[in-house]
Amino acid sequence: MSSDQPLLSEPDLVPPVIHHRHRKSGSRTSFFEVAADSSTTDHHREVVLAKDCSFHSAFCNNNNNSGISSSSLTEAQNPDSEFRLECPTRERGLLRSWGAMELHEISTASAVTTAPSRRIHHKSVQFDEQILHDDNARLIYINDPKKTNDKYEFTGNEIRTSRYTFITFLPKNLFIQFHRVAYLYFLAIAALNQLPPLAVFGRTVSLFPLLFVLCVTAIKDGYEDWRRHRSDNNENNRESLVLQSSDFRSKVWKKIQAGEVVKIFADETIPADMVLLGTSDPSGLAYIQTMNLDGESNLKTRYAKQETTSAVSSEVCDIAGIIRCEQPNRNIYEFTANMEFNGIKFSLSQSNIVLRGCQLKNTDWIIGVVVYAGQETKAMLNSAASPSKRSRLEGYMNRETLWLSIFLFIMCLVVALGMCLWLVRHKNQLDTLPYYRKRYINKGPEYGKKYKYYGIPMEAFFSFLSSVIVFQIMIPISLYITMELVRLGQSYFMIEDMHMYDASSGSRFQCRSLNINEDLGQIRYVFSDKTGTLTENKMEFRRASVHGDNYGSSLLAADDSSAATDVILKRRWKLKSEISVDPKLMSVLHKNPNRDERVVAHEFFLTLAACNTVIPILTDGEFSGCGTSESTGYVECIDYQGESPDEQALVSAASAYGYTLFERTSGHIVIDINGEKLRLDVLGLHEFDSVRKRMSVVIRFPDNAVKVLVKGADTSMFSILANGSESHNSLLHATQSHLTEYSSQGLRTLVVASRSLSDAELEEWQSRYGEASTALTDRASKLRQAAALIECNLNLLGATGIEDKLQEGVPEAIESLRQAGIKVWVLTGDKQETAISIGLSCKLLSADMQQIVINGTSEEECGNLLGDAIAKYGVRSSSRGHQNLNNKTNADHGNIDISNSSKSMSLPKWNPGKEEGTTTPLALIIDGNSLVYILEKELESELFDLATSCKVVLCCRVAPLQKAGIVDLIKSRTDDMTLAIGDGANDVSMIQMADVGVGICGQEGRQAVMASDFAMGQFRFLKRLLLVHGHWNYHRVGYLVLYNFYRNAVFVLMLFWYILCTAFSTTSALTDWSSVFYSVLYTSVPTIFVGILDKDLSHKTLLQYPKLYSTGYRQEAYNMQLFWITMIDTVWQSLVLFYAPLFTYKDSSIDIWSMGSLWTIAVVILVNAHLAMDINRWLLITHYAVWGSIITTYGCMVILDSIPVFPNFWTIYHLAKSPTYWITILLIIVVALLPRFTCKVVWQIFWPSDIQIAREAELMRRRHDRLQSRHQGSS
Amino acid sequence: MMDMSPVGGKEGQSPPNSKKTSKKPKCMYVISTFTVIGIIFIPVGLASLFSSEKVEEAVFRYDDTCLPSSNADNAVAYIKSATTNKTCTHKWTSRNDKQLWNKASEGDTSNCNPEDKTKGNAPIVPCGLIAWSLFNDTYKFSMNNKDLTVNKKNIAWSSDRGSKFGPDVYPKNFQSGELIGGGKLDESIPLSEQEDLIVWMRTAALPTFRKLYGKIEADLEANSEIDIVIQNNYNTYEFGGKKNLVLSTTTWIGGKNPFLGMAYLVVGGLSLFCAIGFILLYVIKPRPLGDPSYLSWNRNPGILK
Repeated sequence: MSSDQPLLSEPDLVPPVIHHRHRKSGSRTSFFEVAADSSTTDHHREVVLAKDCSFHSAFCNNNNNSGISSSSLTEAQNPDSEFRLECPTRERGLLRSWGAMELHEISTASAVTTAPSRRIHHKSVQFDEQILHDDNARLIYINDPKKTNDKYEFTGNEIRTSRYTFITFLPKNLFIQFHRVAYLYFLAIAALNQLPPLAVFGRTVSLFPLLFVLCVTAIKDGYEDWRRHRSDNNENNRESLVLQSSDFRSKVWKKIQAGEVVKIFADETIPADMVLLGTSDPSGLAYIQTMNLDGESNLKTRYAKQETTSAVSSEVCDIAGIIRCEQPNRNIYEFTANMEFNGIKFSLSQSNIVLRGCQLKNTDWIIGVVVYAGQETKAMLNSAASPSKRSRLEGYMNRETLWLSIFLFIMCLVVALGMCLWLVRHKNQLDTLPYYRKRYINKGPEYGKKYKYYGIPMEAFFSFLSSVIVFQIMIPISLYITMELVRLGQSYFMIEDMHMYDASSGSRFQCRSLNINEDLGQIRYVFSDKTGTLTENKMEFRRASVHGDNYGSSLLAADDSSAATDVILKRRWKLKSEISVDPKLMSVLHKNPNRDERVVAHEFFLTLAACNTVIPILTDGEFSGCGTSESTGYVECIDYQGESPDEQALVSAASAYGYTLFERTSGHIVIDINGEKLRLDVLGLHEFDSVRKRMSVVIRFPDNAVKVLVKGADTSMFSILANGSESHNSLLHATQSHLTEYSSQGLRTLVVASRSLSDAELEEWQSRYGEASTALTDRASKLRQAAALIECNLNLLGATGIEDKLQEGVPEAIESLRQAGIKVWVLTGDKQETAISIGLSCKLLSADMQQIVINGTSEEECGNLLGDAIAKYGVRSSSRGHQNLNNKTNADHGNIDISNSSKSMSLPKWNPGKEEGTTTPLALIIDGNSLVYILEKELESELFDLATSCKVVLCCRVAPLQKAGIVDLIKSRTDDMTLAIGDGANDVSMIQMADVGVGICGQEGRQAVMASDFAMGQFRFLKRLLLVHGHWNYHRVGYLVLYNFYRNAVFVLMLFWYILCTAFSTTSALTDWSSVFYSVLYTSVPTIFVGILDKDLSHKTLLQYPKLYSTGYRQEAYNMQLFWITMIDTVWQSLVLFYAPLFTYKDSSIDIWSMGSLWTIAVVILVNAHLAMDINRWLLITHYAVWGSIITTYGCMVILDSIPVFPNFWTIYHLAKSPTYWITILLIIVVALLPRFTCKVVWQIFWPSDIQIAREAELMRRRHDRLQSRHQGSS
Repeated sequence: MMDMSPVGGKEGQSPPNSKKTSKKPKCMYVISTFTVIGIIFIPVGLASLFSSEKVEEAVFRYDDTCLPSSNADNAVAYIKSATTNKTCTHKWTSRNDKQLWNKASEGDTSNCNPEDKTKGNAPIVPCGLIAWSLFNDTYKFSMNNKDLTVNKKNIAWSSDRGSKFGPDVYPKNFQSGELIGGGKLDESIPLSEQEDLIVWMRTAALPTFRKLYGKIEADLEANSEIDIVIQNNYNTYEFGGKKNLVLSTTTWIGGKNPFLGMAYLVVGGLSLFCAIGFILLYVIKPRPLGDPSYLSWNRNPGILK
């Protein structure tokens, strides 16, 4: 799909996050949902969940002894336990988005043959049947769109991502815009001003700000929508071949309807969700790329049902049948349907459907029937906006806005009360006052009637309301707009930062969320995925243990190896990537006299080549990089496409040793063994799932021997090996020690085994397998049972070690983050040993760390381990009561550990209670199993205490949802900001849960990126993102907020003092236009530029002293204290602003407009000078903005004062001639800013902040450099 | 004791901050800022104060019929009438500037309620409460039994006369209602020449204000006695306002007001004081600038482990 298509090209479309809980249908793989049908209320659902949870925990206790079964349960029960755990602390909405993860993990997995799952499966069977026989099911009559859609209930294939049409734009856009409270406030103020007794401003003037904001937003929305319209149009007008009167004719996409039969050719995009009827492959196989849907770049296989493939050919498609399928839903990993064709009824599943947006690859053509079209396709249903996050600082800002509202209320109350008192005192004079009249006094029809007088209480009330109008900008509404613009600008500079550009993948930094730029400066916890995030996710086959011998310690490039060359010379094709081989292993394979060993080695590589789902793609060796061996003439290139990079690495490795996977269809594979092509029939394939943690393939050799080849994780493999002789045991031990060695080197390990099948076994398995694979329901568990039949008594062949290379700069980045006071937690699905070794290699763990390992297999064990660790290392509990005790423990510990005692001598000055109370750096390593017990039970707080006192936390073998659970553990128990970084679909839940989610554009597709707030190419950019941009953004926005509060408050207070002097009439000396322009035009531009461009420190300094980052999470740029100090300063400045001219022009003939003009100019110059005083980095544009604002103000004054019909006509010209005017302004500026300046200077000299010192150092360095260069220049 | 090694290591790379160069910039900049403020403010303050002192001013309240004799300098005296406690600028918007500007808009009396139209629905020009409450006390000055001519020309802003008040707009139906607010206008003179009205229509900013009445262009000797005949027309008794007659000279600074001068002197003095304070500080207890050893984590090692 090209990028101009709307499906995922719009920024606000999110990845196909599957909202599990929305699903209407039940499914065989979800555990807790099956009982709830679409009509079940939430209440019901909760009940069911609770039941499940208790059941699970009971079950867990019964299974304490069996490590494997409980580990396989981890994933299975996790969703439940998580759900139950987190439910009270979070809204449902958030939880829903977790669903994606569950699904991804579980879609291939399923419950094992255990009690709880069986119970649920039983239910699901009923449910499955029920929904399909329900009236609720959708009926598709193949090739009969009219009958299909006789009730006109299905949508056509036209898609609309645009929000508005030409007609609905105005009302709808306005409606959406007024969802913002700020706009409602604007509207309310404008409405108040339209009431006759309250008309403080001119009526049109008061509407100006609102209209301005509305127009700007509407134009922006309109433009975006126009672009959407355009891409929709492109999409809707694409063409596909549709069967029309028994002939395939071209039809535009938007006219395609459900029930129509469509033919797609290779590399075309699928126009709608279709059930496959037939493909160019006789066995009904088709390959699709789902990049646009789930971001995974590898090819996936889809099958047409055997029953239909025969009826479909390239030219003819004479087919009629009924498909009964579930209602449209957004779950892209599920499809439940059945089909009636030629009187046979069979079920359809997810592997029979191709979804809109996917691309057909490696298949000449497919024919399918449309089941969901247009808006009802799964791709469209998934394109909802992700939940938006709000920045922490904005939350605090709202708290202070509340304070400002209270001020506003008090001020208005004062005015109202004053008005009331004044009226009471002057009650009798009201009629005769020159400027005040209670009633009409001129004879006439209205004589004696009340003139704009509504009685004292009403007058006071009106006075209250009109003061609200006058003081409206006390609530800095414009701040929200300013902040949006500032963040936009900041994002621009982050995106443009070439230091965060990943040249290798060509991916630049992306800001996907514009709301949380400043949160980047306050991160306290970083949760990182390992694979693909810390590591490159480029797997490389490094070590092999074959028949108990260890190979691969010395590797040579394939071409250098003499043993390998003769093999290579025989080839007529080349791999896309070269790998190095171990000559020793090579010679074992080809020249070893020991037959036994050779056979094992042979079978080992055969398994590597055969037991996988990798698809070899042959291309002509035209392009460079492939045509290296020209001497051999025609060269073909083989590129392996597969779902897992591990498998690709293994297949490539097998190829390097002479076992090249050459061809794979659903029925057979062709392996090129040292130049001889071996065709093997594939009798069955049990795909890898996370419950079994292994995959197996049953193949028939040309000599009719049948073997099952298995590879899998060591934990799941050793238990199903044959218990054999002594030699076998020694082999087992040797392999196990090799495995430990590999994983300690940070390698990913797999165990390879095989066994021959006897005819009887084969027969039994075949019948079970056939039955299972055609089963209508519960297919996954039946398949698993079938797999269990043959995956036993295996002969160990060997083990492999695959290296997952660390990304560039990861150790340095982690070191910097740690220095910055950020706690880096690594959450990985890897084994404990692998995780620890990666931890060591990326400097997360160091040798002097005390490692606490929690890997209990039961609740008690975990509890004990936790308790022991807490007691041993004297972890301070979060409750204050234990403090004394713990201090004592610290002291004791300090005596023992003298070498480190110096470090503990000073307690942290800031942030007490959050720092470690222990002396040795601790590292907590906890595995997913234990997490299940801990997070489910009351041990959570203990884990939290322990984890937060550890310097490093490594969680291994965690399921995706557990990742989110751990993030939530921190989020719910501390105020600290969390950041999650990951690259894979399994990190989505974590990324969405954390305050800031960062996606790595890596190998594992774009799902993480789509769910993230920020995306980048490499982990190491995180250092720059946080330390530099985070710091800048936080300080800028923090200052921006305070300054905006100040800017508006100083203006409002000035008006307030004036009103106190004018008998509480809500009169403003300023003209309407000045009041309106003040925050819109006169003072807004500089704040925006400062918010985008100001830099307190250069990026060099920030990277040099990572600890400067700590100012962020210590909230030094924005806190309550600063707010109050600012407010006190504001009061002082407003007093000066008001009283200096008052005293100067006391007893003078100054008129109200001159005074107003003076005040306007003075306040504008004052706030701009205030800003100028705080700017750290002056750029030409900042100068333009700040001084330009003042000039603009003067310009506006001159223009406004040149219009004769305004009462303020010619005022500014008169004032400008008077020296007193200028002297007064100078006085105001200096006196108002003097206290602030003095305080700032005194602080800088006596209590310099870290930033201040660093800035001075920077200045010194620059001066030094300049002096030196001048010195050199002169000499 | 100080364990700077784990993090302090990098600080060594920053150029060694020799104390002789390092402490200068910040302090110098602070001291010079204060000094410059002091140097500018004190002379300006002195000048303002001096000119303000030069202004001769005689104020007498006449609404309580007590009229003391006055002294006047030999300069052009500005006569200002001052009204205090005027009940504010309440509803100062009760006017229509368009009507004053253009004859065509004569009938435009929006905003002027209740002084917008007569009973017969004819528009009042100038309409509105501000015009209606036109000040109309008059003063006659004589010295040694010789009348002093009071120049009542050019007392309003030339811009107001020239452009704001229309030369073709004549007063109409003014003060024709039951309640007379203040002065009447000669209906044969266009608004642009009704300078008293123009002055009055420049609404005062503050409750206590002065309005220019006229200028005595003859030189007045010191200690000379001026007899004033006041026609007390304008009713301030009703709202407890006070009326003063002010005879005053004027300088570049305006009227007599020592505030500006004093303020400038105080601020200038304070600034110089601060400058001296910072100089002393710089001498006694200098803090080397940009010294990494002052960084919080170096002062308190172990804060971040």
